[in-house]
Amino acid sequence: MLLLPCISGRALAAISQLAAWAGDLVVADGLLASRDVLQGDGVPEQAHRVLEASKMGELLEALKRKGYEVIGPTVRDGAIVYDKVESAKDLPAGWTDEQGPGRYRLKRRDDGTLFGYAVGPQSWKKYLHTADVRLWSAERQGVTFRILNNEAQPRHPLAFVGVRACELAAIAVQDRVLLDDKYRDPIYEGRRAGAFTIAVQCTQSAATCFCASMGTGPWVQSADLVLTELVGSKGGHRFVAWARSNRGAEVFAELPTAPATEQDSKEADAAVAAAAGEQVRSIDTAGIKELLYQNFEHPRWGNVAGRCLTCANCTMVCPTCFCTTVEDVSDVTGDHAERWRRWDSCFTQSFSYIHGGSVRTSTQSRYRQWMTHKLASWIDQFGSSGCVGCGRCITWCPVGIDITEEVAAIREGGKNGNP
Amino acid sequence: MMIMATAITTDPMLPQPYSVREVAKETPDTFTLRLDPENAVNRSMFQPGEFSMLWLFGVGELPISISGDPSLHDRLVYTVRSVGQATHSLVNRGVGDGVGVRGPFGAGWPLEAARGRDVIVVAGGIGLAPLRPLIYQVLQNRKDYGRLVILYGGRSPRDLLYRKELATWARNRETQVLVTVDYGGLSWRGHVGVVTTLFKYSRLQPTRSVAMVCGPEIMMRFVTRELETQGLSRDDIYLSMERNMKCAVGFCGHCQYGPHFICKDGPVFRYEQIRNLLEKYEL
Amino acid sequence: METLERIITEHPFFAGLDCGFTNLMVSCAANVRFKAGAYILKEGDPANTFYLIREGKVAVEVLAPQHKPIIISTLSMGEILGWSWLLPPFQWKFHARAVDDVRAIGLDGKCLRTKCEENHDLGYEVLKRFAQIMEQRLEATRLQLLDVYAVK
Repeated sequence: MLLLPCISGRALAAISQLAAWAGDLVVADGLLASRDVLQGDGVPEQAHRVLEASKMGELLEALKRKGYEVIGPTVRDGAIVYDKVESAKDLPAGWTDEQGPGRYRLKRRDDGTLFGYAVGPQSWKKYLHTADVRLWSAERQGVTFRILNNEAQPRHPLAFVGVRACELAAIAVQDRVLLDDKYRDPIYEGRRAGAFTIAVQCTQSAATCFCASMGTGPWVQSADLVLTELVGSKGGHRFVAWARSNRGAEVFAELPTAPATEQDSKEADAAVAAAAGEQVRSIDTAGIKELLYQNFEHPRWGNVAGRCLTCANCTMVCPTCFCTTVEDVSDVTGDHAERWRRWDSCFTQSFSYIHGGSVRTSTQSRYRQWMTHKLASWIDQFGSSGCVGCGRCITWCPVGIDITEEVAAIREGGKNGNP
Repeated sequence: MMIMATAITTDPMLPQPYSVREVAKETPDTFTLRLDPENAVNRSMFQPGEFSMLWLFGVGELPISISGDPSLHDRLVYTVRSVGQATHSLVNRGVGDGVGVRGPFGAGWPLEAARGRDVIVVAGGIGLAPLRPLIYQVLQNRKDYGRLVILYGGRSPRDLLYRKELATWARNRETQVLVTVDYGGLSWRGHVGVVTTLFKYSRLQPTRSVAMVCGPEIMMRFVTRELETQGLSRDDIYLSMERNMKCAVGFCGHCQYGPHFICKDGPVFRYEQIRNLLEKYEL
Repeated sequence: METLERIITEHPFFAGLDCGFTNLMVSCAANVRFKAGAYILKEGDPANTFYLIREGKVAVEVLAPQHKPIIISTLSMGEILGWSWLLPPFQWKFHARAVDDVRAIGLDGKCLRTKCEENHDLGYEVLKRFAQIMEQRLEATRLQLLDVYAVK
């Protein structure tokens, strides 16, 4: 693995360097789902209001007053990452990202847009399903031991600012894995239950985005607050905003907002529609489960194996990948032991180890496992696709492997199986 | 009785303290451990075919099938083959040593489906261990089942598990126990040959039989083909599968087997469910 | 008393054989017994007989200089022992030893070969049955060679 389970800024900078060596963007035909499909979940929307961009700081303050630790986007090490934001000054005003297969660059915008980028390398799983967590510790007591339960919860509930539609979909996917099955993960549950989400709808897409084809964005279905940032129009730099929960409405009530005009709402909607419209990548999800199940043997797997470095980046940046391993650590005396859970990846050889050897030794079997799980068996396991179309796996792949292109190649079958 | 698919709310990652009560040598490399709970007495309930995660201080955790009698609730019994560092450490525990136990986990043998029918147990090597609780259950409720046929293949006579018990089981009514080894010496008067060669001595009645199979995957593939040849329906054949496991509750992703999680959907699967996966290399 | 004909008919190896063929078989058959520990056939000896095992267990063995004999497989009631009589050079490739007292029907291979040459329908029936036995034993041997229970 090139990266440690927890992606550090330095490591990402190295990846950006690798990205620079990667080839040019491969443009796929965009096939956009209509917004009619994406909307209409039956939740009555609160009245749209307008929050001036200059008042963003007051939103952050209101959250803090309610006891939240505010996490949002900020520029660090050449990328927009999620971290603690103290004030609106920490937000990436005037920055945007330029993404392609194996390529990520920050660029200056010619306006002061606060959320004028697509998505960075990190997702909110950094906070909800953390890269490392101590499950418990134990103390030796003679020949036996005592287990001490561990408090793995943050001191304050977290408020996430700038959550994208695809990321909300990803959180919903992880909810189904870690909360809605036979067992519940109490660590995830505690972190998730406290989290306050302020969604910001995308008004631009990166070249790697394909949420529209996955039916996960760019329109936001549910969050505590939903914002759409408008800039450079007659109404000035502002957010068209609405609350989608009671606690969202409570926070909202503390802010200096004005009623939105019909024009404001129309403009916001058009901006999001434009983001959907400019997506150049897509996955044709029709019958995709059967497609991948039926193509366990396909020359394309060997083809992709010729490029894949099994570095596991795709799984680390994926907002839905949930695999973990456990690691026992003990101190020098050997009297104190801790059990840690850490992100793991199906791209490692050890992932499938059973005594005698690993089940998936070849690169092709590991890529196939990842993609087939993400797009096919996930549906059988959890009732939805494991892919939300955020495009991170395309951007952060050091050799620019593009999941949308790989699906298309499998679909092409014999015709284009071994280009 | 299967585990119900309702949510389980206690922290499934926290081990319960048990201590080693007894370690018995089965073969040169395989041992049976009895663990007793350190606090509550009545907690060691399990269904045949289920497994636990056993944690050793300073070593780590490993999934082990329960091999004891499900009617004894004061203990958990495991038969462990020492094949690596963790299993070596486990079988070398002394009496009184602490072991952390999580579980039981998984979906076990379908005792309900077997009720009133002939039960065909086909085991290879250490694969007899997860089947032993089922054998106990059938023998303790003998009238609830038809014939019990146990076909057991081992590597050599000295690698056979539970030799005394096999002889005892054979004395029960309507119970046939056939044992074979791959490599027999001159002092071995039993069968030599793979486990599939035993079928011709057991005269199965395929339509009234349910088969439970556990052993190395290659062995199970041969056995399932033989069971089909014998006329058993794919729906009446059950296999216990093995993959890497870290959490045992479906969170860690390691044990995925196509669309299934071995830990929570298995380890016991109906053959029909996984037939198409068994032949897939590097799945 | 059981007739040879009936024993042959009831042995699984000849199950369903046309009775005309059974009669041809009977003229080549004889009842045989072996005491526990006796060798039924030995590697290198002319292969002129094969056996329908009726009772007892037979071990097929191979000798190795530094070992005691290695048992390759055991055969019991309802199985057949020996097919080297069928194909040149008509020599046994292994030893076969009676583990228990064994009762069997011995079929004269030369006699049977002659009858099969004379009557190809009989020959085909016999070959089909041997081919199936060979296929089953080959599969079992492959699985055995995999040594699936060994620590890898």
